[in-house]
Amino acid sequence: MAHVETHDPNTPLEYRSETGRLNILGFWIFLGAEIALFATLFATYMVLTHRIADGPALGELFEVKSLLIQTFLLLTSSFTCGLAVHEMRRHNVKGLMLWMIITLGLGLGFLYFEIQEFLHFIHEGANIGTSAAWSGFFVLVGTHGAHVTFGIFWVTMVLIQVAKRGLTPATSAKVFITSLYWHFLDVVWIFIFTAVYLMGMVMHHG
Amino acid sequence: MANKTAANEHGGFPWKHLIGFVLSIVLTLFALWIALETDLSLTWILIIIFGFAFLQAALQLLMFMHVTENSTKTKLTGRVQVGNILFAAFIAIIIVAGSVWVMTAGHAKHDKHDEPKTENHGGHGGEEKSEEHGSHK
Repeated sequence: MAHVETHDPNTPLEYRSETGRLNILGFWIFLGAEIALFATLFATYMVLTHRIADGPALGELFEVKSLLIQTFLLLTSSFTCGLAVHEMRRHNVKGLMLWMIITLGLGLGFLYFEIQEFLHFIHEGANIGTSAAWSGFFVLVGTHGAHVTFGIFWVTMVLIQVAKRGLTPATSAKVFITSLYWHFLDVVWIFIFTAVYLMGMVMHHG
Repeated sequence: MANKTAANEHGGFPWKHLIGFVLSIVLTLFALWIALETDLSLTWILIIIFGFAFLQAALQLLMFMHVTENSTKTKLTGRVQVGNILFAAFIAIIIVAGSVWVMTAGHAKHDKHDEPKTENHGGHGGEEKSEEHGSHK
């Protein structure tokens, strides 16, 4: 079981080395911890969502258009990231690179619209110190945005490695792990979409 | 297919990803429609949109992240992955629902008044009781 193993030729590259397998399994465990991290931020936000002090209500400033643009950019980037891994498993380095670069572009687009939205909120008189509700909002959504920013740098560096070293058990495991990270960011966004934006708008209008 | 070691993911058209993507879009738009365009009660809106959110999260995990996939011939890693994520989801629900219940069920209502606190029996009755209490003043 040590170093030499016989493989089904169909076994994806990222699962061929023991290090690759353990890193991927370890990353799944890490994602469990990330879920707990975001859960605490969601809890804080949802407890404080009505504590708006003298500032605007959350739902008052949310806009459907901006929300949908961000949601579709991130959702599509999760899809293209999945296609990149699909191409990697066909040993198609070009396809992997292409779809991953598209993923990065969509991620950057998401960040652009998120920052625009934050600036808009601040312009409307809702910054991180306006009220408990807005503090909760900026910390939760900002932590997610920081994750996306980190993901963009991380994926970029892994792609540089793939370009230099080609697809090996080591580099493919790294690509696979970054893909898990990227999909996870979309999973978190689904709950921000629901618990922050949809709930905020329903509470305000309904 | 016999042992799900991702061998079946090779080649061909990525149907799984496409189906996951389309369903995610449908769920997103449907949740938005339910939330903003229907006259359902708040409770029903919340139940439906959070139901959709968990459904969409499951789609991402199954269709995009291959959470059930095994890295070895044994079926151990897939089980560990699924078990770990389910446990994390359980923790998350307890943290969020527990915090919201503790902080909003009305237990803290009497803090508003500057008089000595009176006993508040029962969790959900908190709000009515504090109003009653106010009218006695």
